[in-house]
Amino acid sequence: MFREVDASRLDEAPACHIEVDGHKVAVREGEPLAAALLKAAVIPMRHSVVSGEPRAPYCMMGVCFECLVEVDGVPNVQACMTSVREGMTVRRQHGARQIGGQA
Amino acid sequence: MREYDVAIVGAGPAGMSAASQAAALGLSVVLMDEQPRAGGQIYRNVGAASRGRLDWLGPDYAHGRGLVEQLASAPGVTHLTSATVWDVSSALEVSYLQGGSAAQCRAKHLIVATGAMERPSPLPGWTLPGVMNAGAAQIMMKVGGAVPEGRIVLVGGGPLLYLVAVQLLDAGAQVAALLETSPKHNRRPAMRHLMGALRAPGYLIKGMRLLARIRRAGVAHHFADAEVAIEGGDTAEAVVFNAGGKANRIAVDTVLLHHGVIPNVQLTRMLRLEHDWDARQLAWRPRCDAYGVSSHEAISVTGDGAGIGGARAAECSGAIAALGAACRLGVIDASALQAKAAPLLAEHQAQLRIRPFLDTLYQPPDWLLTPTDDTIVCRCEEVTAGQIRDMARLGCTGPNQTKFFSRSGMGPCQGRMCGVTVAQLIAQTRGVSVEDAGYYRIRPPLKPIPLAALASMDETPPAG
Ligand SMILES: Cc1cc2nc3c(=O)[nH]c(=O)nc-3n(C[C@H](O)[C@H](O)[C@H](O)COP(=O)(O)OP(=O)(O)OC[C@H]3O[C@@H](n4cnc5c(N)ncnc54)[C@H](O)[C@@H]3O)c2cc1C
Ligand code: FES
Repeated sequence: MFREVDASRLDEAPACHIEVDGHKVAVREGEPLAAALLKAAVIPMRHSVVSGEPRAPYCMMGVCFECLVEVDGVPNVQACMTSVREGMTVRRQHGARQIGGQA
Repeated sequence: MREYDVAIVGAGPAGMSAASQAAALGLSVVLMDEQPRAGGQIYRNVGAASRGRLDWLGPDYAHGRGLVEQLASAPGVTHLTSATVWDVSSALEVSYLQGGSAAQCRAKHLIVATGAMERPSPLPGWTLPGVMNAGAAQIMMKVGGAVPEGRIVLVGGGPLLYLVAVQLLDAGAQVAALLETSPKHNRRPAMRHLMGALRAPGYLIKGMRLLARIRRAGVAHHFADAEVAIEGGDTAEAVVFNAGGKANRIAVDTVLLHHGVIPNVQLTRMLRLEHDWDARQLAWRPRCDAYGVSSHEAISVTGDGAGIGGARAAECSGAIAALGAACRLGVIDASALQAKAAPLLAEHQAQLRIRPFLDTLYQPPDWLLTPTDDTIVCRCEEVTAGQIRDMARLGCTGPNQTKFFSRSGMGPCQGRMCGVTVAQLIAQTRGVSVEDAGYYRIRPPLKPIPLAALASMDETPPAG
């Protein structure tokens, strides 16, 4: 759903790879995880905890919490505030809130 | 625990200029920001941007380079990057999370420079994937070098909406329409502030140039009569509205919403500072004196977090707050304070002259401030405007009560997305002022802290 602009306007961040729900995805070292996921069309990024509606990043600056994903086994990480690193493992969080589980 | 003369939260224009000024006066400074680089929202990533990126995003963005370089060469500033402040005690012990572990430091004076956020735009369909803030799309350009694919419609009002439209056009993105929501009846009262706006440095000319560029590109320009809705299934598919009495439906891939920016009051609320409702900016702002000192004498608030003034005003006010702190700490006396601050205060006032005009012209429509009953206002817990109104009718007098009964404001965003709307809905329904309705009581942690991070809390901060 997002495409990179032409090379003259890109910064020269080296490419690296992360794993998203078991799939290998090429990203740019150090960019925000949410940006990398939007460029890789990982949409929806999560489902709401009440009705299970599809959701995607809304603010990209850490205030809406629509970008929560599991990163290297840690749940509810803000993807827009997390820089990607080679080998990062990402899982999307689906479905309604479990009773007693984390919101 | 490391102790500093001044701790500054936020490394946008306000925080960067406060840090450089405080350091120049010989104060020890710790500057903390949850971003990996200095810059704040306007200058996101500017220090790492290539020449081509700077040319694309324009001179107002490139201006931030100077601030970043000045900060990097300032002696005595410890800049903690990717450090999220999640608590501050009454003794000004600042708790932050950095690299997965929690740490603390202490300060004699705290400067809050946490900036603004885009005003939430609760309209039908705003929770659909494919809908995001215009500033969020701008962040994608600044840090991701990317633009939305397919048809884009920008919805809302204000200079940032035009700027983002132009930045998208310059990157070859397909801007299908610009849909303005600011009510036509704003225009006459805005004209009363035109003289002030004309005396403000360059703002009107810049706005007119942006509009001319949008027009040249042949972007359809509409003015909504009333409520705008976004339709879709798994993602946004169309923007639906009336303009000039005619029903319109524009097919889209991406909708970008923007209704101005409002102070991000999460930290200042957690600090229990006094806040006032700004009836022109339609937002809360912490109560501060000319030097940014809040209702707590050892805490100053500066930049857009203290009331929206824009980046250049934020830059001035950061330096002013640092001078104020230096005087309180006995590093300069009152006459030195006055002498050093006078030109900055004058420049700050000059930068603010545009605000009454902009704030009045782009005041959002009532249907956005107090949405229709079926519209979700709390995105986390999916609470609608109608549910808030019902609770207000049943006797809930403020957001903390509606939170108790509906969980609105209790989700992960802790009310950042619904706080202003819920207060306005309660005020509207009960016929009281927004001040009387009040705001959520914000408790630490400001952001969720993994338990493992707390366990690792030690007193020496990780290397900055
Ligand atoms: C998304 C967005 C895009 C914008 N783009 C433009 C633009 O292109 N042009 C323009 O003129 N204006 C723009 N603005 C308006 C902008 O608010 C100001 O012009 C300017 O950035 C304000 O500067 P500031 O220093 O007050 O705050 P900011 O620049 O917002 O800086 C605040 C900083 O505080 C940090 N922070 C917040 N809370 C914490 C915490 N708890 N712990 C650690 N760090 C924290 C943030 O990471 C941020 O870096 C934009 C605003 C937004 C929200
Ligand atoms: S996109 Fe809003 S918090 Fe990440």
